[in-house]
Amino acid sequence: MKALVPVKRVIDYNVKVRVKADGSGVDLANVKMSMNPFDEIAVEEAIRLKEAGKVDEIVAVSIGVKQAQETLRTALAMGADRAILVVATDDVHADIEPLAVAKILKAIVDEEQPGLVLCGKQAIDNDMNATGQMLSALLGWSQATFASEVDVEGNSAKITREVDGGLQTISVKMPAIVTVDLRLNEPRYASLPNIMKAKKKPLDEKSAADYGVDVSPRLEVVKTEEPAQRAAGITVGSVDELIEKLKEAGAV
Amino acid sequence: MAVLLLAEVTGGELAMDATAKAVTAAQALGDVTVLAAGASAAAAGDAAAKIAGVSKVLVAEDASLGHRLAEPTAALIASLAGDYEHIVAPATTDAKNILPRVAALLDVMIISDATAVVDGATFERPIYAGNAIQTMKSSDAKKVITFRTANFDAAGEGGSASVETISAADNPGLSEWVENKVAKSDRPELTSAGIVVSGGRGVGSEEDFALIETLADKLGAAVGASRAAVDSGYAANDLQVGQTGKVVAPELYVAVGISGAIQHLAGMKDSKVIVAINKDEEAPIFQVADFGLVADLFDAVPELTQKL
Repeated sequence: MKALVPVKRVIDYNVKVRVKADGSGVDLANVKMSMNPFDEIAVEEAIRLKEAGKVDEIVAVSIGVKQAQETLRTALAMGADRAILVVATDDVHADIEPLAVAKILKAIVDEEQPGLVLCGKQAIDNDMNATGQMLSALLGWSQATFASEVDVEGNSAKITREVDGGLQTISVKMPAIVTVDLRLNEPRYASLPNIMKAKKKPLDEKSAADYGVDVSPRLEVVKTEEPAQRAAGITVGSVDELIEKLKEAGAV
Repeated sequence: MAVLLLAEVTGGELAMDATAKAVTAAQALGDVTVLAAGASAAAAGDAAAKIAGVSKVLVAEDASLGHRLAEPTAALIASLAGDYEHIVAPATTDAKNILPRVAALLDVMIISDATAVVDGATFERPIYAGNAIQTMKSSDAKKVITFRTANFDAAGEGGSASVETISAADNPGLSEWVENKVAKSDRPELTSAGIVVSGGRGVGSEEDFALIETLADKLGAAVGASRAAVDSGYAANDLQVGQTGKVVAPELYVAVGISGAIQHLAGMKDSKVIVAINKDEEAPIFQVADFGLVADLFDAVPELTQKL
């Protein structure tokens, strides 16, 4: 079975985000970019399934700017077998919406015929939490979101999901879309020899037009603002003082 | 202009707080019809009919809708979509599973975690773990939206909407429910509690997490946790507060042994009063705290519990 893993190039999760002065978005020029952390977990899970003999080929896909090829090289260095880069914009500040991404992924799935698509549950930039669900709808496949355990058994997979009340286990028919949550696994670091080897792995470059998908956004950004700042607080010296302050504030 | 609102129904019961908060958000958009879907949903539908501002309730009962599986629930909503300009829900894990699927079936974008309604097409939502707030204007004919409940007050009771029974859509039969592992607790529900006491990595062990629970019980509070505490196994996943966990805005939030990574702050910084107890005075949590106590939590928390 082939596994397809979409990966997104996003601002590194440690970088302090700054809103651009003109309100058009967040400043992404000259900041450290990395693979979306949830997508790293998806790549890791695909590799573990391959190590367990349940997957025989891992194809990583990224849709966005040309620089996303660095993100794909990271996936290849971790253990993906080959990569597809779909250049959909040349503006590093343009975010391709989940619906357009899902349409391009559907076209790739039609070509590649994977048995499983593993996605991160959300990207830490737009926090939309949508691409996997949308792809699943477009394909008419089963969907299991927010996975913390994945157990593929032949024509079905048992997936444990992190939901509001605790954990839910469902069984999905293959082929399936699984979106992964934080506690599914701990992604490996790529070793230096594997980083070198990854440079020789195949990486196909395509464009959104190759798949006939219109990527123009449905949501126009009207403005982007800093969130309201909280007023500075005070440091209390003891538990007694804390209780006194809480009583004054009417909080207890 | 009509709005279809997917009620939060768990095990046949209406989650009143989440649903009533979404009703408040939805009322700004038009006439609100609530959909109660489940293996049993009639009681939930009757409860939803009493929320002020709801004009109609649709009840769909079918075994396929029983565990909120995305495929049959999304198919049902998409089949009803013709009559509505907005399809909305509280931003619960169920709705986040189902509504993006509905949006793609309708060939429109999803607007996730909206925190404010500007007009019928324009919404505010946080991006980058709440480090920026974006105002988005949709050009889609239908708008599919999840609302972040912490940002809206619950609509009151006193409604008397009509209740109509409808049938489910065809179940594509792609997935099946196997089991739930739900921790049972007598404490208030995390996202609707007036007070939340959360523990982080500093608590150090699952056994010592009892310190957090004891303080919470003294305050009549819900228990929360940072990602580090959940990853380390001190607390269950459904207690995680943050960017990818639950977003809370209680009257009082007490952060114990939590350093305050931006991903955690994203889930609690709209709380009215924030207390931080941490022995590291450099911890970023102190930057958002109204009252900070630099102390060893193993001394301060028992003392606080005793003196309150």
